[in-house]
Amino acid sequence: MLYPRIIPCLLVKNKGLVKTVNFKNPKYVGDPINAVRIFNEKEVDELIILDIDATFEKRGPDYNMVENLAAECRMPLCYGGGVTTSDQVQRIIQLGVEKIAISSAAIENPNLVTEAAECMGNQSVVVVLDVKKSFTGDKYEVWTHNGSKNTGKCPAEVALQMERLGAGEIVINSIDNDGLMKGYDLALVEKIRESLRVPLTVLGGAGSLHDIGRLIHKYGAIGAAAGSLFVFKGVYRAVLINYPNRKKKMGS
Amino acid sequence: MIGIIDYGLGNVRAFANVYKILNIPTVIVKKPGELKNISKAILPGVGAFDYAMKKLEDSGLKPLLDEIVLAHHVPVLGICVGMQMLARSSEEGALPGLGWIDGEVIRFNPSSLRHSMRVPHMGWNNIKPLKMNSLLQGLDFDSRFYFLHSYYFQSHRSEDVIAVTDYCGEFACAVNSGNVYGVQFHPEKSHQWGIRLLENFAKL
Repeated sequence: MLYPRIIPCLLVKNKGLVKTVNFKNPKYVGDPINAVRIFNEKEVDELIILDIDATFEKRGPDYNMVENLAAECRMPLCYGGGVTTSDQVQRIIQLGVEKIAISSAAIENPNLVTEAAECMGNQSVVVVLDVKKSFTGDKYEVWTHNGSKNTGKCPAEVALQMERLGAGEIVINSIDNDGLMKGYDLALVEKIRESLRVPLTVLGGAGSLHDIGRLIHKYGAIGAAAGSLFVFKGVYRAVLINYPNRKKKMGS
Repeated sequence: MIGIIDYGLGNVRAFANVYKILNIPTVIVKKPGELKNISKAILPGVGAFDYAMKKLEDSGLKPLLDEIVLAHHVPVLGICVGMQMLARSSEEGALPGLGWIDGEVIRFNPSSLRHSMRVPHMGWNNIKPLKMNSLLQGLDFDSRFYFLHSYYFQSHRSEDVIAVTDYCGEFACAVNSGNVYGVQFHPEKSHQWGIRLLENFAKL
């Protein structure tokens, strides 16, 4: 059987790992390579590593960092951050990354998704949608540039558009729930999942294995990603890289 | 010495790292001349079929690879699209495959899958070995491997299929014909089970 994927999502800023709250106040939580080594030992299902400075600083990926991370990962790696051209996608795949996450650039230049899928295959092209409730709270909107630009677009429509263009996975990242550790926004998941035919991964808000368990219980083989949950321990948010063992995972 | 074929696609260093843990020497092969000294070959790959075939062609490695695999019977292990390249053709592209194993590559048909099933087939899944094979020694139904693909290998000779995986019906996740082996999943990214499989390949 295909198992649900429980995925730590690591954010890189100034070459260090950080964790944000609502995409703000990045707190330093450690060294990326060191974290990957710990996650290797814990046999995690998959890793997502996002360079959150790249697009905002209008620069491309840090290939040196990507290569070192890819070589260290004994689990599949999805890299995102600053990817705006098909050449960059090819170069990153050559460095040993299995999946490329495209976010802002997919919205600004949807052709990129198709171009990337044509050479890499759709299984390696991931579109990450950063989503926030509108000011009035009655709908969701897609944001770009690390949560600084509102596109006003409907996430479910963009997700479907990206699937048609060649994306092989959609990651829905809730800006509202990021770092709060109070659970996923299940209403948002519901809106997007139904019409999609490619795998969906949910990110933003998981605070316990119970939150992940609820998501998996409802949707089966879905991707359950989390940041804070796997880097903090306890109410005071002490930094401690952690991940459930196989038995605990099965229980969640 | 195990040669890891570097034609510009796939996680060459990830294989080298696994073998480093196992204390098994490897060499990364980029030029045809470097193929002469290897006793086994790993053909990795992440990418679309035609793109991968073209990359292999452009690398200049293909003629000599054909020779060492077909004439000198050097064991070769194709991984993911590297397995698909062993076939004669693929629905994903127009270029011919290597044709080292009799079969073709076809797409998962989303409409034949249950609604909960999605394409690509992405994530950890079990394998079901169908026969004794040295490549799969010590790996049973409890073993898990990471899959990431929308197309799969359809063998024309059922005896070449050594393990299957269930994704709304069983498909060949591991094939073997003579000295040619292929696995659809990524052993280099499949923790203890993948390490075991790569160790098995080294011991063949």
